[in-house]
Amino acid sequence: MANPAATPTVESLPAKKSSQPGDNSVSAEDLKSFYRDMLLIRRFEERAGQLYGMGLIGGFCHLYIGQEAVVVGMQSTLVKGDAIITSYRDHGHMLAAGMDSKGVMAELTGRSTGYSKGKGGSMHMFSREKNFYGGHGIVGAQVPIGTGLAFAHKYNDSKNVSVTYFGDGSANQGQVYEAMNMAALWKLPVIYVIENNRYGMGTSVERASATTQLYRHGEAFGIPGEEIDGMDVLAVRAAAEKAVEHARSGAGPYILEMQTYRYRGHSMSDPAKYRTKEEVDKYRNERDPIDHLRKRLMEDKLTDEAALKAVDAEIRKIVNDAAEFAQHSPEPDPSELWTNVLVGV
Amino acid sequence: MSTQVLMPALSPTMTEGKLAKWHVKVGDTVKSGQVICEIETDKATMEVEAVDEGTIAQILVQEGTEGVAVNTPICILAAEGETVSETPAAAPTAPKAEAPKAEPQPKAAAPQAPSTPAPAAEPEWTGKTVRATVREALRDAMAEEMRRDGKIFLMGEEVAQYQGAYKVSQGLLEEFGDKRVIDTPITEHGFAGLGVGAAFGGLKPIVEFMTFNFAMQAIDQIINSAAKTHYMSGGQMTCPIVFRGPNGAAARVGAQHSQCYASWYAHVPGLRVLAPWSAADAKGLLKAAIRDPNPVIFLENEILYGQSFDMPDDPDFVLPIGKAKIERPGKDVTIVAFSIMVGKALAAAEELAKSGIDAEVINLRSIRPFDTETIVASVKKTSRLVSVEEGWPFAGIGSELAALVMEEAFDWLDAPVKRVHGLDVPLPYAANLEKMALPQIDTIVEAARAVCNR
Ligand SMILES: Cc1ncc(C[n+]2csc(CCOP(=O)(O)OP(=O)(O)O)c2C)c(N)n1
Ligand SMILES: [Mg+2]
Repeated sequence: MANPAATPTVESLPAKKSSQPGDNSVSAEDLKSFYRDMLLIRRFEERAGQLYGMGLIGGFCHLYIGQEAVVVGMQSTLVKGDAIITSYRDHGHMLAAGMDSKGVMAELTGRSTGYSKGKGGSMHMFSREKNFYGGHGIVGAQVPIGTGLAFAHKYNDSKNVSVTYFGDGSANQGQVYEAMNMAALWKLPVIYVIENNRYGMGTSVERASATTQLYRHGEAFGIPGEEIDGMDVLAVRAAAEKAVEHARSGAGPYILEMQTYRYRGHSMSDPAKYRTKEEVDKYRNERDPIDHLRKRLMEDKLTDEAALKAVDAEIRKIVNDAAEFAQHSPEPDPSELWTNVLVGV
Repeated sequence: MSTQVLMPALSPTMTEGKLAKWHVKVGDTVKSGQVICEIETDKATMEVEAVDEGTIAQILVQEGTEGVAVNTPICILAAEGETVSETPAAAPTAPKAEAPKAEPQPKAAAPQAPSTPAPAAEPEWTGKTVRATVREALRDAMAEEMRRDGKIFLMGEEVAQYQGAYKVSQGLLEEFGDKRVIDTPITEHGFAGLGVGAAFGGLKPIVEFMTFNFAMQAIDQIINSAAKTHYMSGGQMTCPIVFRGPNGAAARVGAQHSQCYASWYAHVPGLRVLAPWSAADAKGLLKAAIRDPNPVIFLENEILYGQSFDMPDDPDFVLPIGKAKIERPGKDVTIVAFSIMVGKALAAAEELAKSGIDAEVINLRSIRPFDTETIVASVKKTSRLVSVEEGWPFAGIGSELAALVMEEAFDWLDAPVKRVHGLDVPLPYAANLEKMALPQIDTIVEAARAVCNR
């Protein structure tokens, strides 16, 4: 992600990509970059949590810790121009999309150097350059919008796709199904990624959805869906290749339900009493996507302790720099209060 | 290098808390993400995780301490390789002073809103005109703009094959094809959101609502997504979209199909709200709306669709957004109206003229932005104001007009402002009741006489 020059374009895509897990489509370099990218999100989020604790970040702040494999695996199959959109739990998506950690952190602290000049905050950030379309605070609203981005790709005869992320809780919103119907009706190139982290705030998926196989929720519209281990970046990557290829080829939408887990509360102020400590620990200790990949890198002798330490140090520096930048940048000038209400006014 | 761990704020409102329990003791090594202590806030008990790795060198706040202020150092973490005793007592890495105060800076008054003067009125049309219905004017506006710009498309229920539920999009499918004139399923929230996404993606959608009553299903996408995103993105994202369709009462369709939404949308920064009356308004303003880079709410009226007017015969005829039009100059009383009520106000003015009252009739055309200049200048001339709208009185357009002249022309007023509006009831079906509930020519005449004491 970090290197935009390396982002492939639709034109540069190989004629045929393999879609089997465990085959040669993932190189040692890919694995190492997945590790690095996931670690960056993890460390960034931990630091955001700390800055929140210090009162430097206000309001709602939803951390992505635990779910890193989902965005990193998905992003690895995308090319320049592909649109990305998600909810308020968006820091990981932005980092994965290649947005600058300084600009993201500075938006969290409400500073003029943030992606939205301090006017959006944690839940509302965008990057035209990286085709990241938000950052949406209304549960489910990003789903028709992401479908509209796919509509624009099709209208413009581009081969780009739209990756539209939403949560298990959001999967109960009416507009999600309105959008799915149109996407299937008009064969729009959209991949719906349901990040099933088992809870929408304090309500477990079993208490919210009459049928909990969310990947099947497009069946009424004939949309294919798959359930994926969202804690395994390689499983995500393999599924993403297939789904993205499906959408890019003009075959219409695809649903990927990622089984994942958030370690922290819903937002910073959630004590998370609706789940047991054992449940959280089980995911952390046995399913952690970063630990999992680190183990594999070591076992396959693709890296060593020293190299991992170096990655660690590099990430720490990036995150420290972002935090410094976010604390030392000025707040927006008062005149910004009145700008950007309308275009050209 | 050691790190101080500070008492964290765990909710947007927390200022202090109780250190309920330590999960670690001096000498323990901790890693990122490990729970080190529990804190009781005003709402709940929460766990605090270590962000950095290291060894607990000192515990500064003991278990059970109440009222620990946010940002107080609670323990010291020694980095890897550092021996605990070497650790200097306090080496804050967190520049606490940088935290913005919870209170705003003393007297940090908000800057004044920049004044955006209304655009100049369009010059009097002296060229050729044609007789056209409002319906034809709207269709022509869309067709002309779609010929100019391939990014413009029309979507909505029955807009293509059926030619529009009210036949406004007659002929467009034939000319532009089904890629650009799109029948949607009955799914207002969905297609409004899809339109917003398409606009974010660089297209210029025209979204037709069969009537604005059904746009209530979609109002979240219109306000939260279309209107606010330009601001929330610090100007990066734009949403050039037009939401159009008939608004207000039609004829005998009952309460759910007969509401005026002018004041609802006019409330929202980030939107433009237009309400044409004549065919020229319809064409000139719809073209302006389509060309505008902002989300525009375009409120039409079903009863006006079939009415004919003389309209400039020119594909380049566009009206400025934000400019009201004085439809009838007068000196005794100002009557401000929009949409179908402009016709009623003009008829009332004719009636008033018979008894020597010379009314000035202003057609607002644009509700947001509001043409303060034209309204205030008129009230300064006539010293009396009557507002006319079909919608309900509470927080209506008339209320806004009354507030405006209080603020800007109070000393010129010779009588209190009078509001003529739909009665404060859901619109009834029975012909007699419906008529009573909506402003009629008589009601406007009476109101004007009342403010003129005649
Ligand atoms: C329309 C709407 N309703 C309610 C909320 C409050 N809310 C914010 S997040 C959330 C839970 C959503 O859960 P899910 O979709 O599973 O996403 P997650 O937070 O787990 O990532 C709720 C109820 C909201 N923001 N918008
Ligand atoms: Mg969830």
